[in-house]
Amino acid sequence: MPFLRILVLRLLTTGITLAGVAVIVFFVIRVVPGNPIAMMLPPGATEADIARLSALYGLDKPLVAQFGIWVAGVVQGDFGTSITTRQPVLALVLGRLPATLELSIMALVIACLLGGAAALTGTRFRGGRTEGAIDVANGMALSVPDFLWGLILILLFGVLVPIFHISGRVTPSLDLPFTTSFYLFESLIRLRFDLWADIVAHMFMPALALAIPLAAITGQLLKQSLKETMNLDYVTLARTKGYGESRVILREALRNAALPTLTLVGVQFTFLIGGTVIIERLFSYEGLGNMAIDAVINRDLPLIQGIVLLFAVIFTAVNLIVDLLYTVLNPRLRHG
Amino acid sequence: MSFLSIRNLSVRLKKGPPLLRRVSLDVAAGEVRGLVGESGAGKSMIGKAVLGILPPSVEVTEGEILLDGIDLLTLPQAQRRRRIGALAALIPQDPLTALNPSHRIGPQITDRLVDILGWTRADADARARNLLAEVQIADPDRVLRSYPHELSGGMRQRILIASAFAAEPKLIVADEPTTALDVTVQKQILKLIAGMQARHGTALLFVTHDLGVVSKVCQKLSVLYAGMVVEDTSVADFYAAPRHAYSAALLAATPKYTDPSAGLTPVPEVVIATVQAEVAAFDRGQAHG
Repeated sequence: MPFLRILVLRLLTTGITLAGVAVIVFFVIRVVPGNPIAMMLPPGATEADIARLSALYGLDKPLVAQFGIWVAGVVQGDFGTSITTRQPVLALVLGRLPATLELSIMALVIACLLGGAAALTGTRFRGGRTEGAIDVANGMALSVPDFLWGLILILLFGVLVPIFHISGRVTPSLDLPFTTSFYLFESLIRLRFDLWADIVAHMFMPALALAIPLAAITGQLLKQSLKETMNLDYVTLARTKGYGESRVILREALRNAALPTLTLVGVQFTFLIGGTVIIERLFSYEGLGNMAIDAVINRDLPLIQGIVLLFAVIFTAVNLIVDLLYTVLNPRLRHG
Repeated sequence: MSFLSIRNLSVRLKKGPPLLRRVSLDVAAGEVRGLVGESGAGKSMIGKAVLGILPPSVEVTEGEILLDGIDLLTLPQAQRRRRIGALAALIPQDPLTALNPSHRIGPQITDRLVDILGWTRADADARARNLLAEVQIADPDRVLRSYPHELSGGMRQRILIASAFAAEPKLIVADEPTTALDVTVQKQILKLIAGMQARHGTALLFVTHDLGVVSKVCQKLSVLYAGMVVEDTSVADFYAAPRHAYSAALLAATPKYTDPSAGLTPVPEVVIATVQAEVAAFDRGQAHG
């Protein structure tokens, strides 16, 4: 029962990881200069005002005591109240989570499609000019970071040829019938393709900017892996059966070559989620990352803690999913 | 008319030394021809050329490979592939690497029947079951559902043999099919291939470096040295009186298991010098011609 064993082991280590993340984020954001009270009061506030406000938010207590109060709350599902908005952190964070999840998953899908297409085409025409062109494109995609791709895309498809929206998640004047924050998903379920198209037109550029570097890494590794697989005996045997090159690649080589790539995609996907912070800012996309930057600027300590913890949960969940997928795709691990 | 006829086939590394030097040989329908020679003599290269799986690093510089009367080398690639797939098959050397680790056994036997020859899945499955029974695999249904890593090397080689016979090819290339196996299993597999060949009447090109195997399975024999056929004869004649000095030395070098004290006899230096001189003379002739 490798599934269950992996699951239980992972849940245990996840608990430890999250506890570590909680400790680090709590103390680090209190060590760096700047405090939320100073951000809230106008210049020239008196010492007494500062002390009163600090007491109101419990910031006058010793650090360890503050940590204890916070952890006790978190364990009961209370992540505290945002200092700037006076709303519960959990509700704020969960309200933004769907936007970031939709963006990351769309980026992942684009990256897999682009990277897969590049790897398959490069393998099919290996040793020729096509492969050379793909290698050059890959190198370029890799050497430019996602936020720069974001700026390039804004310039190309937002300014020069304005076919996509450059900011926001949906056109504000539209009337949204949604009950959840999974706009992309819900618009499909409700068959509101007009809304869906509008959402995609907003999401496409930030998703593509996030996807390009991941596509390049994925494509490069998958192509390498495919080329090695193409020299294996079972692939040669398939050729003697009368299969053409493309079918040999897809039927015999792809699945085996995809296994090592999958682990890398998992790791890179967590980097991509980290990348959403800047990309969401760039495209004024109302997701977690954008909220994180606001929270840091305003020194909204409870909100920062909540967001960082949530990111940690997402990272570990992604890693867990990759491990489980690996056992599904590799029959040799299934009976282990 | 031979089913397979190779005429003056020359293959070389791209912009490199020759690997096959005007090789000619014939395999009649239902006949078994052995290809022997030391490592690097080009015996596997001939099998690969016939099956259209030469590595991209080599090129054919001249010659013809007539499969059932049609030269494979002049056919467009797609047609060549289909013709080879329909008429010929391969029994590979290493059963541990020749099965796809992420597919079940069943589809690996039936894939060409369904995908290329257009059989129904039910017919193909029945055929696979019969073939596994024919290669003496007990419990074919379980094996068809298994993954390669769940089976032993001997089992996998039986499966590959069954798979090679799946589409009733007229010619099978067996590329050292027993080399990677346990000595105890080798004999069974050899018997199995010989039996299947006889029952199905398939022509067989048997690549091996083991002359003992040749005497058991083959009727005809080509001895190769450095990509040159130094002797083309019937097995009976070969054992009675090999014509070429190298063949004779090769025969003398076969270990005699009946006398363990005899030790190993290498091919004498003078014989190697002779055959190398022949190869050099051939290459000079090529350069001037």
